[in-house]
Amino acid sequence: MLRAKPISGDLLELQREIQGYADEFGLDYFPQVFEMCDYDTINILAAQGGFPIRYPHWKFGMDYDQLSKGYRFGIQKIYEMVINSDPCYAYLLEVNNWLDQKLVMAHVYGHNDFFKNNMWFSNTNRKMMDVMANHGTKIRRYMEKYGQEKVESFIDKALSIENLLDINHLFETNEVLESRRRKEELAKIEGENDGYMNDDRSAALKSFMRGQEKIKSNDIGPEEEDVAEKNVGRGERDIMRFLIQNAPIEEWQADILGCIREEAYYFLPQRITKIMNEGWASYWHSTIMTTRAMNSNEFIDFADKHAGVMVMSKQNINPYKIGIELFRDIEFRWNTGRFGKDYNECESLEEKENWNRNLGLGREKIFEIRKSHNDISFIDEFLTPEFCNRQQLFTYKFNPRSSRMEIDTRDFQAIKQKLLTQLTNFGQPLIQVEDANFMNRKELLLKHVHQGVDLDMQFASQTMSNIFAIWKRPVNLSTQYEDKEVVFHFDGKEMKQLNK
Amino acid sequence: MDHPIKRDHARFRKIVKGKVRENLRKYVSQGQQIIPKGDDKFTVPMPSIDIPRFKFGDKSEGGTGQGQGEQGEPVDGEPGEGQPGEGEAGEGEGNKELEVEMGVDELAKILGEELELPNIEPKGKQQIASTVDKYTSIGTVGPDSLKHLKRTYKQALKRQMATGIYDPSNPRVVPIRSDYRYRSADTKIEMENSAVVIYMMDVSGSMGEEQKEIVRTESFWINLWLKSQYKDIDIRYIIHDATAKEVEEETFFRTRESGGTLISSAFKLCKHIIETDYDPNEWNIYPFHFSDGDNWSADDTKMCLSLLDDHILPASNMFCYGQVESRYGSGQFYKDLNAKYHLDHEKVILSKIKNKDAILDSIKEFLGKGK
Repeated sequence: MLRAKPISGDLLELQREIQGYADEFGLDYFPQVFEMCDYDTINILAAQGGFPIRYPHWKFGMDYDQLSKGYRFGIQKIYEMVINSDPCYAYLLEVNNWLDQKLVMAHVYGHNDFFKNNMWFSNTNRKMMDVMANHGTKIRRYMEKYGQEKVESFIDKALSIENLLDINHLFETNEVLESRRRKEELAKIEGENDGYMNDDRSAALKSFMRGQEKIKSNDIGPEEEDVAEKNVGRGERDIMRFLIQNAPIEEWQADILGCIREEAYYFLPQRITKIMNEGWASYWHSTIMTTRAMNSNEFIDFADKHAGVMVMSKQNINPYKIGIELFRDIEFRWNTGRFGKDYNECESLEEKENWNRNLGLGREKIFEIRKSHNDISFIDEFLTPEFCNRQQLFTYKFNPRSSRMEIDTRDFQAIKQKLLTQLTNFGQPLIQVEDANFMNRKELLLKHVHQGVDLDMQFASQTMSNIFAIWKRPVNLSTQYEDKEVVFHFDGKEMKQLNK
Repeated sequence: MDHPIKRDHARFRKIVKGKVRENLRKYVSQGQQIIPKGDDKFTVPMPSIDIPRFKFGDKSEGGTGQGQGEQGEPVDGEPGEGQPGEGEAGEGEGNKELEVEMGVDELAKILGEELELPNIEPKGKQQIASTVDKYTSIGTVGPDSLKHLKRTYKQALKRQMATGIYDPSNPRVVPIRSDYRYRSADTKIEMENSAVVIYMMDVSGSMGEEQKEIVRTESFWINLWLKSQYKDIDIRYIIHDATAKEVEEETFFRTRESGGTLISSAFKLCKHIIETDYDPNEWNIYPFHFSDGDNWSADDTKMCLSLLDDHILPASNMFCYGQVESRYGSGQFYKDLNAKYHLDHEKVILSKIKNKDAILDSIKEFLGKGK
């Protein structure tokens, strides 16, 4: 069924060579497995987020449709795909030439090192392939039992809120313990009664039940109980968890919501480190290729390929480009000692221009950064005015008069602010639970924490309709729209604005 | 076994078809949304299929970019309605408009099901046999470009084993001339039906842009349906005011003439085209005429009716007249045709098209008889 084949022969030899360079540079990676596949297989894998087995759902079919079309028309070609797992799996495309494969391998070792060492990844499940496959089995069984339409329609609703996550949960110790426990349970259940439906109450579902108990017992002291009853979930940004624990849904539904939540959290670290991760991998493919792996006759082709990956756009930031440049800039600054009090307070432009303390701390510094930062802190701490200037960064905004997007400013603070805003909450609106018993009628009140950008209300209304289907009581959303504080109310049929 | 994603894909296609069916009326009345791509494929925009999420409205957001340019310089290249930037640094899920590709057959099937159109029964004896070549067999002669390497080597291996020169420890297989195998064509006889659609349109001053748009949309869907029913289909276009001429599709929808209207001129040309190019015994013939119902004189109308009776109707599967409502048109021609042929005539189908929303019903009137 899976049509990717392990590599052999010359390519395996090449892998050994590249791995040698990775070792030499001190990259620290999971065991690396490369598999070779044709373009159709790589499209399938890409549509499924890199994983060979997922639960059945039309959206994978949709992505596959788009990817295949993109490939056929030559508008897009997937270059490399690598999965955060131990061992680390990566796919090579059959039709790529020798240089491409070399470059991809070098790039992949960068990703692998990043997955293993960046602390935002420290709690991700490295056996996610198995977990995904188990989710697939489980959801297929639910489909057999309750009907495909019914289960699929519930998945549609769950996917509608899969972007409402709380980044802090990546480090929540309870969560970590739980996920470990969950893994053990999963293994146990799989082992004990292979193929039986009735005791499939595994993983997320048990956490759902524990969650129910927790609300009742642990967290709340007796004297606080009244207040807590009233303020269930207040401030909760993990909307899926909130619904698993509080919405009147059936066990199988809670279980599915749990699966989707687990998968969403698995992908979250990659969403908050896109610039760093791609930058790091690009830094290493570039370093390995230019200083070690490349033959002189491959130089032009390499330059061409590398330039293709680094292409700049006026409409958005290319994470590969900004990432690699920022790592190089940091390396340079720490090699020459262009940081700290002395440098920052130096008033002579000439002296600054030629500043070199010959510290040679660059490599060490970037290794340290790849361990502890995410995109936000990376930009916040290391973006400099000189860098913005050199990289020709700018911000743009919509000009209603010409109805076009136009360059706004090249001011450092503005650029930094804009970048940070875009990266906040991995580019998704911040939505939290405000009141689970709104108007004392068991209605749900969600709050959009407005940070300067309005929601797309048409999408919001459809999303609320999907939450309504799970919560089963009217859903409200307080937000700012066109500079006014508003509350939208969805009653199961239509969305109205509440008077405030 | 196929990869399970094929099932997801089939599921997705099914949902897409459901959506197209749901929105068929909208697609039809808004005309240009479905874009033909050649190859009998169409691109159908599919805005509402993606999973809804809370997301930022794009206009107000703006973003960051990289490159040269002064303040106020647009970042989106194309003038006019700007492409909003994706504005999400770390995320690939910008607002790409989802477009789905559909084949003629799929689209026609949806139209057929939605309008409950019967399949067309081609004129019985006019089925003509044609030969089709398909490269499904293997031969021993042929050009090098069609050489089938696998079969050639297999043959060589067979020969070497049979003659005992094959050495497993040194497995070298060298084909000789007589081992060469080539892909070759099998000739099959297929029965096929051919059809010709002859569109006639009044382009006199009273037919405005909106009227032409209606005709264009209507002809798009009629062509689609007929294409799904016939293997080969010719489409001819005639425009007329007081005189008629045959034109290309492009011109057909663009031309605007002024002056009088003699419908008979178009009918004469139509008759001429049928007589010279399309033997009614071999072709299924569909003349369509669109106008706003004005004709120059009662005499000319009389001539039209006799042309229909004596020449066009006997040759055709059916004759369709679509009257597009216009502010200037009197609608007299519909009345005249109706007086003569009534609504239940076997071969004459009359339809009034008030506005874009009426296109679908009019298509049903034209094609609902299954001829």
